[in-house]
Amino acid sequence: MSDTTTMDEPIYKTDALIAQDIDQYLKVHEHKTMLRFITCGSVDDGKSTLIGRLLYDSKMIFEDQLEALQSDSRKVGTQGQEIDFALLVDGLAAEREQGITIDVAYRFFATEKRKFIVADTPGHEQYTRNMVTGASTADLAVILIDARKGVLTQTRRHSYLAHLIGIRNIVLAVNKMDLVGYDQSVFDAIVEDYTEFATSIGITAFTAMPISGFKGDNITAASANTPWYNGPSLIEHLETVEVNSATDADKPFRMPVQWVNRPNLDFRGFSGLIATGSVKPGDAVRVLPSGKTSKVTRIVTLDGDLEQAVAGQSVTLCFADEIDCSRGDVIALADNPPQAADQFEATIVWMADEEMLPGRAYWLKIGAQTVTATIQQPKYQVNVNTMEHLAAKTLELNAIGVANLSTDRQIVFEPYADNRTLGGFILIDKISNATVAAGMLHFSLRRAQNVHWQATDVSRDFHARLKNQKPAVLWFTGLSGAGKSTIANLVEKKLARMNRHTFLLDGDNVRHGLNKDLGFTDADRVENIRRVGEVAKLMTDAGLIVITAFISPFRSERDMVRQMMQPGEFFEVHIDTPLAEAEKRDVKGLYKKARSGELKNFTGIDSPYEPPQDPEMRIDTTVMTADEAADAIVARLIP
Amino acid sequence: MLDTKTLTHLERLEAESIHILREVVSEAEKPVMLYSVGKDSAVMLHLARKAFYPSPPPFPLLHVDTTWKFRAMYELRDRMARESGMELLVYQNPEAKERGINPFDHGPLHTDMWKTEGLKQALNLYGFDAAFGGARRDEEKSRAKERIFSFRTASHGWDPKNQRPELWNLYNARKNKGESIRVFPISNWTELDIWQYIHLNDVPIVPLYFAQPRPTVERDGMLLMVDDDRFPLQPGEEPVMRSIRFRTLGCYPLTGAVESEAQTLPEVIQETLLTTTSERQGRAIDKDAGGAGMEKKKQEGYF
Repeated sequence: MSDTTTMDEPIYKTDALIAQDIDQYLKVHEHKTMLRFITCGSVDDGKSTLIGRLLYDSKMIFEDQLEALQSDSRKVGTQGQEIDFALLVDGLAAEREQGITIDVAYRFFATEKRKFIVADTPGHEQYTRNMVTGASTADLAVILIDARKGVLTQTRRHSYLAHLIGIRNIVLAVNKMDLVGYDQSVFDAIVEDYTEFATSIGITAFTAMPISGFKGDNITAASANTPWYNGPSLIEHLETVEVNSATDADKPFRMPVQWVNRPNLDFRGFSGLIATGSVKPGDAVRVLPSGKTSKVTRIVTLDGDLEQAVAGQSVTLCFADEIDCSRGDVIALADNPPQAADQFEATIVWMADEEMLPGRAYWLKIGAQTVTATIQQPKYQVNVNTMEHLAAKTLELNAIGVANLSTDRQIVFEPYADNRTLGGFILIDKISNATVAAGMLHFSLRRAQNVHWQATDVSRDFHARLKNQKPAVLWFTGLSGAGKSTIANLVEKKLARMNRHTFLLDGDNVRHGLNKDLGFTDADRVENIRRVGEVAKLMTDAGLIVITAFISPFRSERDMVRQMMQPGEFFEVHIDTPLAEAEKRDVKGLYKKARSGELKNFTGIDSPYEPPQDPEMRIDTTVMTADEAADAIVARLIP
Repeated sequence: MLDTKTLTHLERLEAESIHILREVVSEAEKPVMLYSVGKDSAVMLHLARKAFYPSPPPFPLLHVDTTWKFRAMYELRDRMARESGMELLVYQNPEAKERGINPFDHGPLHTDMWKTEGLKQALNLYGFDAAFGGARRDEEKSRAKERIFSFRTASHGWDPKNQRPELWNLYNARKNKGESIRVFPISNWTELDIWQYIHLNDVPIVPLYFAQPRPTVERDGMLLMVDDDRFPLQPGEEPVMRSIRFRTLGCYPLTGAVESEAQTLPEVIQETLLTTTSERQGRAIDKDAGGAGMEKKKQEGYF
């Protein structure tokens, strides 16, 4: 590489207005807005080079820094005689020696329209925590791809994390276009690849651009090397994209109270940063969790009272009434307040070397509220490379999972997707005081999903004794049309006549309600049976005799349900009707449909049935009537 | 002023800094503001007055003095303490005082003893568990990676590899006994932001930031101001009146001036924007120990 154009360019092309009319220049710059973004990519994607380039092109590099950069580039640079922009941004001494970035670093540059804060985050797998940290305050993410390598595992990981943390503006920067001869087909193929992946994880929109951080193509202006690209340059895009605080201003008013301002008996104000919405004197507000209402009388600042304040401003509010309000409370629009709850489902990103301990008490900080929280065993962990859900007993450093958690008192919250301030939290170890995790609330759990076992005074045994019976599950299994529902119905009638308390669960009353969200794939069949098993178990806890009539084709799920029940309370009843016989009966005409291909995944036709190997009872419907079968079953249950 | 829902960059920076100041006051037991009298300190103090208005900021100002600051700095310091209604604590390391440590005879020992040691002693003496500082991330490379809440061990050490992650605007201010936090409310401000804010809010600053004819001598490529008669002139050396101003302020024998005619704030900003050298270039401290001078100083406990 003999090209050294970067060295020869003028170092400092300042705005002519600065020299001509500084007052006018200052006026223009008073009205700048601010955008925070992150850059994601590995050492090799040219991330540091791109940031160095942005600083350089926006004149943020001074002569003395440039001199140091030039001498450093020759000493330790990786670009031969050319300027190694990466050296501008690689900070700590240890990192410089290793030649890699290992933490989150914040950089600043500005154009006439905007000030930018760049969170530079590393691309190594073990540093998920740093990327999540950098992304938490970002309005936008720049995902860097090396044009020679295309969409890699790490590209998917970065995109997933950016999406997880709620960044809506994603830029796919296909870098090092100079090394692929500015070939449009290379760019197009990468964009196509990425589109497929992005759609699969729920990213609905992104902006792709071909760039070279090293050569400066499409960074500040359209490059002559890519005449086939008509989109904006990176800077143009960054200058015009909408920032989060603008969208937050359109939401209902919420302000967590940080501090109560009480200089004397005549003044009482509530200080905080407005999370969403706007507020004016005269607005009716509600203080949560107490629910008390009042009216805003003043918005107090050192520069005089304000007529209105919006999301992103730190203010002090005064009320018309002397109502209780203290740190941790949330002031909200009176007729549209957020809820309070103490049990939630959340995504958790674990950030400490010591793994998460389900059941341990951690501090949870959300807004200005700090409470004690315990987390349950994760429902699953996400493999950030493949987005697969994996079973997990805990979460280790850099692991991301979904779990239920409960707090020792109610907290005012909103789902993270609606409100970052009232939905994002950190967990703090009570001994070391380290920040061990970040989390995002999904929703509160209803009472029925309470995560704690409630110790009840009316016990399982008491329920059963009250009904004067021994609880049981009669689990009927067999092909469609085998006679399960007919026999089950007869069994229930006979038991009812004997004053037994029973309940019949069958496909019809479960599939239309509890399980109406499930289809007939293998996974859905498994979930269908799991839920029926859980319901049957609760009913036995209530002392009932439960009769179930489901095909339940898989052995492992029937065994799973067996394991849920108390010993001796599970009776597997195989209604054994040969396929040919069931198909000949075809009471509902389903076999005909399945044979014609109209009905997919039909057990016995194109979906397997695994008969029980050792059932409590086997009923051969070819040698007995339904009534005889029902009598035999009742006799087995109640000798 | 709020016809538009989009705040300007200075409005957002101000709101963020005020949020940080209020969090510390709510969560720390005994906070203090380290006040160096420079322009960054001036903005930080102004933000504190805004954050708690109409109350005065509920913490004292601490000036870790070296006895070698510019006279104009001492004047503004005392005036600002009066105007803000805050208590002013001035600490001078007694050992440095006794040994007569000065920048002319003792080189780096001057900064170590007066500033680094002096700060540790003052924090220990008063038992402050949180100290606000006016450092900015754009000042130099190792600052770029520092958190807004920076934890120090009981011996005031800083471990750059073991910092707490900071997410959203949630700050974890919990600590064990003996540990303390340095908090940097203006981390995300740049030099230009500071100047613009001073301009828009009429924040009082030391007049040394504006150009005036002042007595100077040139040494090792630096233009030094002869601020009092402690300045030892070398044989044949004569102070020369030059129109100068300062981009940063510290101990006068260690702070380089620039020749300038900028007498108003817009003119200063104009020069700043047109200049081609970085702000800290006038300071000797960054040049110790190669490129990693400041990082090494911080691990030792320098602010």
